Amino acid sequence: MTVTFTESGRCLSAAVSGELDHHHAKALMEELDRQIDAAMPRRLVLDLAGLGFTDSSGIAVLIRAMRRMGQLGGEIRVERAPEQAKKVFRAAGLQRLMPIE
Amino acid sequence: MRTKAENFVTLEFPSRSANEGFARAAAACFAAQLDPTLDELGDIKTAVSEAVTNAIVHAYPDAIGKVVMRLRLTGDVLEVVVKDQGVGIPDVERARQPLFTTGSEERSGMGFTIMESFMDSLRVRSQPGKGTVVTMKKRVSRRVGQK
Repeated sequence: MTVTFTESGRCLSAAVSGELDHHHAKALMEELDRQIDAAMPRRLVLDLAGLGFTDSSGIAVLIRAMRRMGQLGGEIRVERAPEQAKKVFRAAGLQRLMPIE
Repeated sequence: MRTKAENFVTLEFPSRSANEGFARAAAACFAAQLDPTLDELGDIKTAVSEAVTNAIVHAYPDAIGKVVMRLRLTGDVLEVVVKDQGVGIPDVERARQPLFTTGSEERSGMGFTIMESFMDSLRVRSQPGKGTVVTMKKRVSRRVGQK
């Protein structure tokens, strides 16, 4: 699993690719924390076009990132999520907590 | 009488998190015999990932133990059994509730909910101190033009 960050104005984008499971979740959470703390963005965009697989670990990652952005008064959105990921996020009702496209 | 499985495989591995990816890839390869759709394959991989992760995270919290995954094909039904000899679940009913978790913050408490909704059936048997057996079944629809 890899994650690439780009910053533009007050928007931080994270492109996640590969497979996300419990084995990789902690490292991704920590990296997101670090980048959010450094950039203090208004908006966090998670680009999941390259995400080949996620299980419920992805739910935990998104909820944590959402809380972190909430503390900063910012927002989070998920873009280009593959069908498999959307199905997992829907099972937890995440689409009611953040925009998922 | 139990129906004879047409094909089966048993895998045994230590409860290391690196094996989560291996287990779901192996289950997907085995299930490919049924010519599943991408959607069905995604469901199977996701449910297996949840079951195996539970065994790795919860069954053996402070040690490395043995996880056994058995895959069976009977007709167009795939059965996945994930078995551990870990600490067990004191209250299975409660553990199956959405958002219930005793894990750290990488766990969302949605594992059993996902297994239940992505597979056709889920059975959890557990005995504290002895271990847990999770049995899931999914019927894979034979596509038109195939026997």
